[in-house]
Amino acid sequence: MPIEILMPALSPTMEEGTLAKWLVKEGENVAPGDVICEIETDKATMEVEAVDEGSIGKILIADGTENVAVNTVIAILLEEGESATAIGTSAVDASIAQVKPIASENIAAEVSQTAQPVAASAVAPPFTPQADPDLPEGVEMVEMSVRQALNEAMAEEMRLDENVFLMGEEVAQYQGAYKISQGLLDEFGERRVVDTPITEHGFTGIAIGAAFAGLKPIVEFMTFNFAMQAIDQIINSAAKQLYMSGGQVHAPVVFRGANGAASRVGAQHSQDFTPWYANVPGLTVIAPYSAADAKGLLKAAIKSNNPVVFLENELLYGQVFEVPKMDDFVLPIGKAKIVRPGSDVTLISYSIGMKYATEAAEKLVGEGVDVELIDLRTIRPLDVETLVNSVKKTGRCVIVEEGWPQCSVGGDISARLMELAFDYLDAPVTRVSGKDVPMPYAANLEKLALPNVDEVVAALKAVTYRT
Amino acid sequence: MVRKANVKSSKPKNTSKSAARPNVPDFSAKDELNAFSEMLLIRRFEEKAGQMYGMGLIGGFCHLYIGQEAVVTGIHMASKKGDSSITSYRDHGHMLAVGIDPNGVMAELTGRASGLSKGKGGSMHMFSTDKRFYGGNGIVGAQVSLGTGLAFAYKYRGEDNVSLTYFGDGAANQGQVYESFNMAKLWDLPVVYIIENNKYAMGTSIERSSSTTDLSQRGVSFGIPGEQVDGMDVRYVRDAASRAIEHARSGKGPYILEMLTYRYRGHSMSDPAKYRSKEEVQSMRSERDPIEQVKSRILAENHATEDDLKKIEKQVRAIVSEAADFATEAPEPDVSELWTDITA
Repeated sequence: MPIEILMPALSPTMEEGTLAKWLVKEGENVAPGDVICEIETDKATMEVEAVDEGSIGKILIADGTENVAVNTVIAILLEEGESATAIGTSAVDASIAQVKPIASENIAAEVSQTAQPVAASAVAPPFTPQADPDLPEGVEMVEMSVRQALNEAMAEEMRLDENVFLMGEEVAQYQGAYKISQGLLDEFGERRVVDTPITEHGFTGIAIGAAFAGLKPIVEFMTFNFAMQAIDQIINSAAKQLYMSGGQVHAPVVFRGANGAASRVGAQHSQDFTPWYANVPGLTVIAPYSAADAKGLLKAAIKSNNPVVFLENELLYGQVFEVPKMDDFVLPIGKAKIVRPGSDVTLISYSIGMKYATEAAEKLVGEGVDVELIDLRTIRPLDVETLVNSVKKTGRCVIVEEGWPQCSVGGDISARLMELAFDYLDAPVTRVSGKDVPMPYAANLEKLALPNVDEVVAALKAVTYRT
Repeated sequence: MVRKANVKSSKPKNTSKSAARPNVPDFSAKDELNAFSEMLLIRRFEEKAGQMYGMGLIGGFCHLYIGQEAVVTGIHMASKKGDSSITSYRDHGHMLAVGIDPNGVMAELTGRASGLSKGKGGSMHMFSTDKRFYGGNGIVGAQVSLGTGLAFAYKYRGEDNVSLTYFGDGAANQGQVYESFNMAKLWDLPVVYIIENNKYAMGTSIERSSSTTDLSQRGVSFGIPGEQVDGMDVRYVRDAASRAIEHARSGKGPYILEMLTYRYRGHSMSDPAKYRSKEEVQSMRSERDPIEQVKSRILAENHATEDDLKKIEKQVRAIVSEAADFATEAPEPDVSELWTDITA
């Protein structure tokens, strides 16, 4: 059967072009790869190659023809033994009709959809987090620093699963730059506690590749400031992998380390990356405050089959909290914690922001305001249900975070509350954040750049119309 | 004193008269015929993909492998089951070489439900855990760290698999490549780095992008041995690959193979390739074509007749045309797929 040679599209956006010049004549034999003609678009001149073997039966579009639409039949190729009389115009017409690109049908479908309300398929399925497990009756609570909680979480999971290993700078012999991995080398050996060179981009890619092959790496970034070197791998290779592979390839890596401002370390070592990672579908983002949450959620993160960004805070490492003494204390990812129930105003924060929020809440409660204090714990997936239910009850909301205000966690929550609880709001949702400046070094300026308890108190008073 | 790293550089002469070259590797009649049909499948598949792109059936970016077929074919002939491969976005040939179903590959190119990634990956993002093929990676150089990580896992578990990590001359200038070289040698990971030097990083020639152009030597400062190989001659590719893979498998660490190859088409479909002369392309095609080299040897050595080869061609065409039909007729993914496979 004669083969129709069509006007090709040479780029995703090309719709038509000029048939500049034929390089073959009717009757000439061609083989795959032979250049048969040149076509021009506004961007380039391209050569069209024969894909099949045969002889040029008929040239249908002459040299120099402009505005030839993509998929127009430009020539007929005859296979061995066929003659030019085999070319019927009806066959040609039919082929034009048949090869209509599917893209245009899709566009038509989209256009017809836009006239209607948003299709159900365009709405994300709802996320319903699990509740925290009930603690066994009479469980002993022990005092523990966040540092020790993180250390125990890793050690316990490494004992449970041979595929779990830790890699990063100074994690082994040095026992961790912040001593989170203290003692792990002694217990698990250098095969499973791996000191890396200072080479974040490379070792992050290596960890993700190892996860593709079935291992469960924990990557310690000395601080998340240095993870910027590796953010391409975290987002392009880890977060998107499951989706791009149609569910075949998992990337279960825990990326953990200190995030946010420390103290007097200046602009390059002081920032909160939570909104950066929380923006990306495919990632789980956890930022705990208390030692119990740090332990239960890090264990959950290591057990998870997803890439998890686990954001710690250097200033919290030494803080002591009560942690239940249990063999396998695991908390659900994606569940916000109502730290203190209340009815007058919802106060939301995460990580070190909880420190300011807790102190401010105590102060306001002392003044007779019943504050509901919520620790997000997980930023992605976000426990919108808990936040919305709280605001429906209180009608007021203040969100505290240490990071910058634009495109922030607080900005996002504020938008969601307007979408989902607008009619319940009695005051504007108010944000307290770090100032919109690079972190200064000078002690007085650094203090100004960070949020503080007074600012949270002022915000709480403003939304509850107190002075 | 400068200690010379264990680096071998067997520079091939740019000659088409392969018969006159010394130390021609052994390559049986069966090898020649296998290589012929493998390479032809890739060539015909890619030509068909180019055609379908022109018809609007394949969207976005589409990078064809035409001209480079001897590289994956020869490497695959030297590997064993359990070895993994990972490469860049110019990945269709690699998938066919490791035995992934052409229907699934073509249906992914057309973005259909029966594509390898359910239509959600496209030309640049395809994977097969079954064949240990880890993509199909769209970020230049990223696959080098990832491939090194696959090797890390094999060593960690005490498996004797090798990670075959492919990248181009363009990626060879990315920083993470050298971070990976360092750790791969530091930890003696079983990885073979295959640099497919097709002379152009998109439109920039290697001379215009690289301070040193012998990429096989890029591992010298890490103590990684390297070889430059005639990547247009499948016999030399398999021979060098056997050495490199054996080196990696035996616990000696990484090995670099620089494959001197050539792509006939532009960088992607929308590249008119004006940065190189027609004569350059034509001379590669007429004098160095990997398929024609094998074909002429097969006929000269009487391994098969012209008719036998025509039969193979016909079979290959049938496979490709079935893949094209399959990929055209398969349904698009169900709209519910928008929300699946985001997290486990």
